[in-house]
Amino acid sequence: MAKEPKVYTPGVDVEEHLKPERINDPAVILEVKGLTKYFPIRKGLLKKVVGNVKAVDDISFFVRKGETLGLVGESGCGKTTASRTVIRLYEPTAGAAYFKSTALSSTNEPVIVNLIDLDKEEMKKVRREMSMIFQDPVNSLNPRMSVFDIISEPMVIHGNNDKQENEKVVTDLLERVGLRASHMRRYPHEFSGGQRQRIGIARALALNPKLIFCDEPVSALDVSIQAQTLNLLQDLQSDFNLSYVFVAHDLSVVQHISDRVAVMYVGKIAEVAESDALYNNPLHPYTEALLSAVPKPDPKYESTRIHMQGDVADPSNPPSGCYFHPRCRYTQDICRTTPPEYRELEPDHFVSCHFAEELDLKGV
Amino acid sequence: MREPLVEIKDLHVDFEVRDGTIHAIQGATFNIVRGETTGVIGESGCGKSVTAKAIMQMIPKPGKFVKGEVLYHYRDKDNPGQEEIINISDLDPDGTRIRKIRGGEIGMIFQEPMSSLNPVYTAGFQIGEALDIHRLVPKTVGDHMADAITEFRHVTKKESREIAIDYLHKVGLPKPKERVDSYPHQLSGGQRQRVMVAIALSCDPVMLIADEPTTALDVSIEAQILDLMKNLQETEDMAIMFITHNLGVVAEMAQDIIVMYMGKQVERATAVNIFYEPKHPYTKALLESIPHVGKRHRGRLASIKGMVPSPFNLPSGCVFHPRCPSFMPGKCDVIIPKWQEVEENHWVSCLLYEEV
Repeated sequence: MAKEPKVYTPGVDVEEHLKPERINDPAVILEVKGLTKYFPIRKGLLKKVVGNVKAVDDISFFVRKGETLGLVGESGCGKTTASRTVIRLYEPTAGAAYFKSTALSSTNEPVIVNLIDLDKEEMKKVRREMSMIFQDPVNSLNPRMSVFDIISEPMVIHGNNDKQENEKVVTDLLERVGLRASHMRRYPHEFSGGQRQRIGIARALALNPKLIFCDEPVSALDVSIQAQTLNLLQDLQSDFNLSYVFVAHDLSVVQHISDRVAVMYVGKIAEVAESDALYNNPLHPYTEALLSAVPKPDPKYESTRIHMQGDVADPSNPPSGCYFHPRCRYTQDICRTTPPEYRELEPDHFVSCHFAEELDLKGV
Repeated sequence: MREPLVEIKDLHVDFEVRDGTIHAIQGATFNIVRGETTGVIGESGCGKSVTAKAIMQMIPKPGKFVKGEVLYHYRDKDNPGQEEIINISDLDPDGTRIRKIRGGEIGMIFQEPMSSLNPVYTAGFQIGEALDIHRLVPKTVGDHMADAITEFRHVTKKESREIAIDYLHKVGLPKPKERVDSYPHQLSGGQRQRVMVAIALSCDPVMLIADEPTTALDVSIEAQILDLMKNLQETEDMAIMFITHNLGVVAEMAQDIIVMYMGKQVERATAVNIFYEPKHPYTKALLESIPHVGKRHRGRLASIKGMVPSPFNLPSGCVFHPRCPSFMPGKCDVIIPKWQEVEENHWVSCLLYEEV
């Protein structure tokens, strides 16, 4: 058996650390506490664990009903892993994810469940309430299944085998996402990228979920199609009161669609805030640098770019102290030794930086 | 002084495939100016990359030149006063002259840094490959002093390694002496793209074609590569043809912008005019459909209705008319708009600016 990796900083009371704080608020639908996912690195004949890729390292956030939480960061920072771990496509190493579920309650009132503690049967029931839209509209649809089969598959898996009824639902869904019912008998290769993404969205809606994880849903699309898809996602959100966790690396897209934004860096959350607060008044130096790097569609704009030194840290061997310190402009001694605490500095504005109060950072 | 380096005149490229003929480029006309950046924007399939390939005379099969010219103003480095005009479209694609231009006088950076580097060779070897073909040095040491150098030889392995290290240093790769022996998989995405830039620059090109050089990269790395290209352009006095679909990137890099749609040039102007006074409805729609960072208007994005038409079955008249918000029935679907200058240095092809 592999040795359990040490997850939290020594001295932390794990039980206290994972206790829910926000989920009792009626507006909150999902609360993630101390979520951690390590991928072991195995070497040698006996496949001994020689290290861990700390893909997601002790992150906490929450999502309110009907809102969009954007998750941004550079590639490899753990955005996708975080969302996949919450719905347990990956088994988490540690942590808790509290979700308000009606599928597991005997009455119609939702009950609070910890997704990480559920067994297979229960998890399957809860999955109806959550779904996912994937990045690559080409590879996320099975080329040998017709559009009807693709969209109705979730319904079949969850026990709706009535073909006629399913056909009705699929027709509604196709029309809802801007395709025609006659497209039902076609195969994915007959559609363009934007249309395929619409099929993926229809599939995600098939079971009336409450929460959708959108993993870079528009980054493979052209600008004009991207705008159509973003508009569609917004319409669906207001019609069905959906909550989105929107993973993307394009900061302008995230700002457009999100109510709140979380910035991740090497498996940790650097900062979470209301999107206006985060973009206009960032509190973490990483957010500041990331915002300054976005090319502005304005030829008269004088670039005041902050140069981040070097590359993103290696998540299997992160730097000591604050992970961002080797690239940070404001590094001081404490940053090299002590990891910063993740704290709520202003209402709804969480940041993990030692000097968040003192620094005067520039937004856009 | 705005001297043209490459003049593209009424370029047409067709691809004949089983299902019919695709008119990949229909009448592209523009200049690439010495020492400046020309941006080409448009959605996928609009012919951006084919234009770049046509300049290099390497249109992939079954594509072929139908009409038009690509004129390259060649200047000998030792004798810069004289200019020779070479019609690239007339050159044999496998001939010696084009092979000197391709990779030597005109360098190219491709979109995918992973798949355009060979995984089984080191970075240094791959830079050396280009040097081996294109870089010539005076035959004997000391000849640098001579007034006219008559004899050249190819670089040796040792020299090419040194030049490779030098260029890796120039493109800002940390520890170039060690990195020169790294294989592509040992480098991160940004580092690989730097190696690509180093390969393209190693032969001192007068022009660089950058085909979506930062699309696969993160914003922070993208910013580094863009700054690198801008700095190198200043120091090396290169022209850059910058192909992208990212309007933010093109605004930052380019002096002149060409907007393409379905193989046609729809608008050409300076970057400031394209962004502040766009004329063509497609350009306007494109600019409105991107979310701006910092300027948040919570609401819907203006999107272009419909989809890009099938290349086999292009709409009649103006190709953009089925999606155009200012569509004029009876005109736009019948008459093919002319390519005309509506203001000084602002070209557009749209019937809104024509008397019909």
